[in-house]
Amino acid sequence: MDHGTVIEATKAVVTLDVALPGIIWGWMITLNMWAKSIGTGVVLVGAFLLYRHKKEAMPNLRWLMPVISFIALNVFLLFTLLDLHQPLRMVNIFFHPHWTSAITVGAWMASLFTGLITLMMVIGLLDAFPDLGRHLGIAKTLRAKSSLYEKVFPFVVFLAFPVTMYTAIIMAEASARELWAAPAELIQMLLAAFMVGSASLILIADKWSAEAKKDLAWILALSVAASFIMYMGEYFFSFKAAEVEATLAYVHSGGSYNLQFWAAMVLGYIIPFFIAIGSLKVENRTMMKFAAVTTLIGLYLAKSTWLEIPQMIPLS
Amino acid sequence: MKLGFLVDLNLCMGCKGCEIACKVENEVPLSSWRLRVKYIDIGTFPDTSRNFTPLRCNHCESAPCERICPVSALHYLDNGIVNVDSSRCIGCAGCMMACPYGAIYMDPESNTADKCTYCAHRIEGGMMPACVVACPVEANIFGDIEDETSHISRYIMEHQGNVQVRKPEKHTDPKHFYVGGGNQTLNPLAHERIEGYGLFNNITHLDTIGDPHHSILDRFIAPIFGGHNDHLKNESFLDMPNDADHGSHKEGGHE
Repeated sequence: MDHGTVIEATKAVVTLDVALPGIIWGWMITLNMWAKSIGTGVVLVGAFLLYRHKKEAMPNLRWLMPVISFIALNVFLLFTLLDLHQPLRMVNIFFHPHWTSAITVGAWMASLFTGLITLMMVIGLLDAFPDLGRHLGIAKTLRAKSSLYEKVFPFVVFLAFPVTMYTAIIMAEASARELWAAPAELIQMLLAAFMVGSASLILIADKWSAEAKKDLAWILALSVAASFIMYMGEYFFSFKAAEVEATLAYVHSGGSYNLQFWAAMVLGYIIPFFIAIGSLKVENRTMMKFAAVTTLIGLYLAKSTWLEIPQMIPLS
Repeated sequence: MKLGFLVDLNLCMGCKGCEIACKVENEVPLSSWRLRVKYIDIGTFPDTSRNFTPLRCNHCESAPCERICPVSALHYLDNGIVNVDSSRCIGCAGCMMACPYGAIYMDPESNTADKCTYCAHRIEGGMMPACVVACPVEANIFGDIEDETSHISRYIMEHQGNVQVRKPEKHTDPKHFYVGGGNQTLNPLAHERIEGYGLFNNITHLDTIGDPHHSILDRFIAPIFGGHNDHLKNESFLDMPNDADHGSHKEGGHE
């Protein structure tokens, strides 16, 4: 025992116990959530843009949107698998599903979503690059059925909502961690998808119409503003649950998580908000791309902080 | 039948006999605990007291671990025990994140979740859990809480007003009760953990969850081609080279 420590007279002190688990869900789960937000976010933002504008205003969206989503979803699925201590038993989720678990429901939905995105990506690529696999029979078949893309798209958009939000239900089911409250996390997950969805599309929007780019700036500005307000509310005013208060008191007192949280807020929320608002008046592509990159970095840091801090308090 | 557990903290003397019995009975690996006895000191000298709190799975009637488990590895038995099927566990650690009592660990040998099962294998054979048998002061009381005539039911009735469960606000409906507990012993936020509370070391937190030598690649390869950590298993100690009989020094240090 550190004899230099001053102990409050009324405080009880643990004098003998076992070592407790440290961080159980770490960077791989952070990466999992971050990548999933991109994978679903580009679909949600892309769908909104296609509803508002003609396809010609965003010429590369039809093939790049599913390509970005496909890559992000595979990163998400890969790290979901790698984080398991028995990854080969992942098949048990499909052969022995337990439907009260959001992990099960989410795995099924995410698998279906990834399958449909793969189909859209293949059709999108074949249509965008006529020479691609010209002599392959399957390519010819898919080109002949290229309208499948538009038929599947509404279902994909519909599915993107639960796929992006189910992790919030997993966090809610993790009832030991009171910081993760279901309604707040559901909205944060949705906002995160719009944040990084718009940020990812900003990076490929060079040849898009000015109106479409303005919409992207609006989506980025509004989603980071709403998410920032929620974080501030949760960070400063979560008084009602003892464990949440203890968790946040730990972060408020300083240390690496305090620095990480504020770095996330500045990079992911404050900088992109002001750049996006400024870009509505005078468009600056370089600054918007900078804002997109800081959003992507900031969201990762914010997710990492929020995932790890409730794991710091002892449960028993 | 609904099996429940009660610990009378007024009787517990912190001998850790239950801990050891549990470790031996269930072959719980190093760095892992199904049952542990926590020592908590309250007050300032000379008005101090040392309190002992045995902590194990609460076998909740509304168990968050059972709900979050994606493959039903955690499941209810008919007698109310929350049991683990480690052959089905995928090692997602969802149950560790869900259990409000920190009662679940990732077994470093099998890399699957594990916890106290109230010694379900012994119950099936008509025996008491190992910790109950080992307790020298009968502080551990185990039985059917739906049977009004059982020892545990009568004990609960006799101590009405002094029977508590941990974290009732979580609505998990634990089937593990304490007599003689207080906020400072049962609420982990009500006592301070100061570095160095371990008996033989200063390790307060585990660096890894599960096998520390199990790389990401091993997680895929080991189940098919065999684990590299077989030397860690208890049985392997029997095969270790033993030069005791061949050494130049016999027991006692004399040739």
